[in-house]
Amino acid sequence: MNLSTASNFAKPDDAFRAIVEAHRGLNESQSADLDTALVLILANHIGDIEVLREAIALAKRRMIDASQQQK
Amino acid sequence: MTQASDAQAGSQAKLQFGYQRHSDQDRSAAAQHTVVVVGAGPVGLSFAIDLAQRGHRVVLLDDADRIGEGSRAICFSKRALEYWDRLGVGQRMVDKGVVWNVGRIFHGDSELYQFNLLPEPGHKRPAFINLQQFYAEAYLVDRVNELPEISLRWRNKVTAIEQRNDHVVLTIETPDVPYRLSAHYVVACDGARSSLRQMVGAGFSGKVFEDQFLIADVKMTAPFPTERWFWFDPPFHAGRSALLHRQPDDIWRIDLQLTPDCDPAVERQPEQVRPRIARMLGHDQFAFEWISLYKFQCRRMERFIHGGVIFAGDSAHQVSPFGARGANSGLEDAENLAWKLDRVLRKQSPPSLIETYHTERSAAADENIRESTRATDFMAPVSRHEARMRAAVLSLARETEFGKRMVNGGRLSVPSIYDTPLSSADQEAWNGGPRPGMSMPDAPLADRGGSALFLTDAFAAQGKRFTLLTFANGSGAERPDGVGFVQIGGEGGLIDADGFAHVRYDAGPGTSYLLRPDGYVAARFRHPTRAAIEAALSRAYGVSERALS
Repeated sequence: MNLSTASNFAKPDDAFRAIVEAHRGLNESQSADLDTALVLILANHIGDIEVLREAIALAKRRMIDASQQQK
Repeated sequence: MTQASDAQAGSQAKLQFGYQRHSDQDRSAAAQHTVVVVGAGPVGLSFAIDLAQRGHRVVLLDDADRIGEGSRAICFSKRALEYWDRLGVGQRMVDKGVVWNVGRIFHGDSELYQFNLLPEPGHKRPAFINLQQFYAEAYLVDRVNELPEISLRWRNKVTAIEQRNDHVVLTIETPDVPYRLSAHYVVACDGARSSLRQMVGAGFSGKVFEDQFLIADVKMTAPFPTERWFWFDPPFHAGRSALLHRQPDDIWRIDLQLTPDCDPAVERQPEQVRPRIARMLGHDQFAFEWISLYKFQCRRMERFIHGGVIFAGDSAHQVSPFGARGANSGLEDAENLAWKLDRVLRKQSPPSLIETYHTERSAAADENIRESTRATDFMAPVSRHEARMRAAVLSLARETEFGKRMVNGGRLSVPSIYDTPLSSADQEAWNGGPRPGMSMPDAPLADRGGSALFLTDAFAAQGKRFTLLTFANGSGAERPDGVGFVQIGGEGGLIDADGFAHVRYDAGPGTSYLLRPDGYVAARFRHPTRAAIEAALSRAYGVSERALS
């Protein structure tokens, strides 16, 4: 496992808040644009394809869990 | 047949060859041949020349008798040119072609970035030339006509094949009555719609792209530089992509992406195409040479070898054109197969050597399909979110380096790296240079008389066979029999005055590379011993893989 899932921010609330505030005032389409750009910028910053794949897998697991809960 | 002059192959883009009856057609039993090549396109012609230069007789069949309907393939890679140099036609291609190394990507009305595909000096050949496929074919046909080993038969259409134990029987239709030929090996270079592929019952599956692309050749004088220009969402073609390439004779290739739902019959009408191109060029001072409409496909055969029938080029694999991976990969197929078939026919290697053609070239096809699929998906996003991602990349590219690198306007063909049983793994530490399975880089050298030549020339002069490239350490290197020899430095060796060869091969005194006949590295040694070289040779010949591994 190369992906760090430990808490890396000294103040995690600040990080969450920063993203939330970036989306304030945007409609859904604009929010999606912002997230898309953000993902690409952060993915490049990480610069490790294995970490990226693990992150994608972790993120996708939410969707599988969500769809199973709906059944 | 006469030399294909430029005038003949010029604006009408057409060369007509005559059907000639062959004495094989008078026989009651099928005439027996060693190798029959089906399809006289760039791949079939090159393969036939290669095999003929290796001393084999080849029958080359083509169902048509003319070449030159449209420019078709136009970008020929450095690798392809180096192969054509070995076939004796490289210089003619380069003399006629237009040389380019630089590509530019535009978004809207501004330039995003440019790339140089060959940023370093000291190579005989450029990254690419653009040359209409009919010129390439015409020059190859001229070369074929210099080789008495090749029997080139136009309007010979294969209509049936029967696979026997150790040969294949072909039924061939001609303007006269049909006749039959038998061959130990049939090499099918009959293109994406290969009829031989259907005859062996092989599938050809993959992905079809929904977007249509309009391809036009226009004749005009224009101030554009000789570069590959690619636009995303240009002002003259909103929301779509466009590609511009220069060709010889003031011909320009223009690719325009169309919507998936447009009507091909309408879109290819000149009166429909003209305004689009006029918007692109800013004027309408041009004439159409050729207009064609495509849906691109990426697909390949599961196996390139079916009994005695071996598939090469578009018959075996098809890609979208963004990356110049079609004809160039077909030529790589030809050079990969020719030396192997030569060794098998001479009984110098077991027939199983040919299986490594499938191993190496099907992996290369997968790579080409992967690259061209990614490029085509980037140009024609298949969902709203993919379109959103592309928009984000294009926008980030304006101010970030990583964004530029993610913009995919086609990743251009470079030689594949083979993960192959013919390679011997490195046993020593290397800090550069081509590892086994990679193709040889070129370098500028001089002979003892001071005349300039390139490493690729020195390699070709060794007879397109296995060759030991050695960087001298003072004493003469030992080399096995039957192997070519190129020495750089030392007594009698070639001179690497600028040190390019030493750097490109990470060479010290004694460094040696064992090169395959197709210019790929089979093995390399810091301190070669005769035993190690012979072991690597046996493996590369396909004779002792198991014993040595």
